[in-house]
Amino acid sequence: MAEQRKIRVLVAKPGLDGHDRGAKVIARALRDAGMEVIYTGIRQTPQMIVEGAIQEDVDAILMSILSGAHMAIFPKVMELLKENGVDDVLVMAGGILPDEDRPAIEKMGIQGNFGPGTPMATIINYVREHVRPERLAHDLPPVSTPGASLDDPGNGQRMTQPTEAAQ
Amino acid sequence: MTTSPLVERLLRGDRRALARVVTLIENNAPDAHALLAELHIHGGNAHVIGVTGSPGAGKSTLVSQLARELRRREQRVGIIAVDPSSPYSGGALLGDRIRMQELAGDPNVFIRSMASRGSLGGLAVSTRDVVRALDAAGYDIIIIETVGAGQAEVEIVRAAQTVLVVTVPGMGDDIQAIKAGILEIADIFVVNKADRPGADQTVAELRMLLSLDEHKHEHRWRVPIVKTVAATGEGVPDLADKLAAHMQSLRETGQLAARSGQQARSEMLALLQSALLERIAERVSPDEWQSLVQRVVERKTDPYTAAAIVAKRVGIAPEGTSASHSS
Repeated sequence: MAEQRKIRVLVAKPGLDGHDRGAKVIARALRDAGMEVIYTGIRQTPQMIVEGAIQEDVDAILMSILSGAHMAIFPKVMELLKENGVDDVLVMAGGILPDEDRPAIEKMGIQGNFGPGTPMATIINYVREHVRPERLAHDLPPVSTPGASLDDPGNGQRMTQPTEAAQ
Repeated sequence: MTTSPLVERLLRGDRRALARVVTLIENNAPDAHALLAELHIHGGNAHVIGVTGSPGAGKSTLVSQLARELRRREQRVGIIAVDPSSPYSGGALLGDRIRMQELAGDPNVFIRSMASRGSLGGLAVSTRDVVRALDAAGYDIIIIETVGAGQAEVEIVRAAQTVLVVTVPGMGDDIQAIKAGILEIADIFVVNKADRPGADQTVAELRMLLSLDEHKHEHRWRVPIVKTVAATGEGVPDLADKLAAHMQSLRETGQLAARSGQQARSEMLALLQSALLERIAERVSPDEWQSLVQRVVERKTDPYTAAAIVAKRVGIAPEGTSASHSS
């Protein structure tokens, strides 16, 4: 099958507002556009979003926020992504994002900034066009080594030493 | 065999490398087979648990609570949550993480959502290979949550060592429905939402059905029925005990090796099957194939003869068969 691989998108609602109708509608629209959407639900911390994006190895993250906490949360998300060496994921936002904050949000590397009334087709096309093309190739590039770890993962007791494998 | 850098990082506990390996496996990337060969050698230590049951039975919540209990017991837990792909768009909405929020941020828990991608049977085609990756990465317990399943979604038997079947009280005649397929695959029954009326009756009905089934379990594992309230965690420690007991029983009775053998066999057969189909596609053009199909439809030939013609072309005709005519 020569089909291109499925785009995987993490849709999350960071912060404390519990109104996720918009996020759900978008999640569904992306699914109907043939994407695999991981919906994480409301009240997501930056750590949860970044950890989810890592484990699910998504191509894109879409954060929906209405509470006004975006200038507190977005920088933290971007910082954690960077700390973990996640440099190949498209990060987008939507919801209530005041015009005066947009330049700052874009400067953080967050794209899209879909406000109320954005047609679904616009969002779908945006994702399709902006996901890193190298991610959609069958042969994904190797993941870059993180500068620092989100949390120490090196505590697997029965972790096999790599040297044993080199036979 | 040399270890590729990506696998080396996976073995060291690098979660991004693990996630990337899973993506490569899931998309059947060109180097996926080489990766799987490496991973297989490093695996074989995890206890693989399958969780199945009808939609809405509370599987995700139960898996989340079970994972927390296992974390209290110092086990590293990998979770693979399979949800259905849309048959129309091919997309999928994977929502199992919503009920697993309490596990987020624990570095000893790794959750991966998978879309079934058209595969029936409750799993995705590559689910077993994703287990292989988590196993190599050192997770002690790997929980596979299947697509909400009815009677025939029993693929999980070929992927798990312990199968949990989750049901809820008040399903009434649905208990009858689970008699055939799903009843037989359960190693442990869970009656979830046991704070609802009718829980004891459901347990009693299950016990009766299971007693009819007892002769099959020649290895003397008596399928326990565990009552849980996943929302509060009630009954979950008991469930964790039963899981450990089942693993012990598998080891003591030699069933563990037997199951591994069966699973390896079925995996190899499935691979050969798809290799064979690929070979057929190489040797028989779509036009030819279509014309054979058409002849069967028009009753100019029959499916057996048509298949024999193809088998002969591909060089796998069993001895003694002769296609009655060539085309």
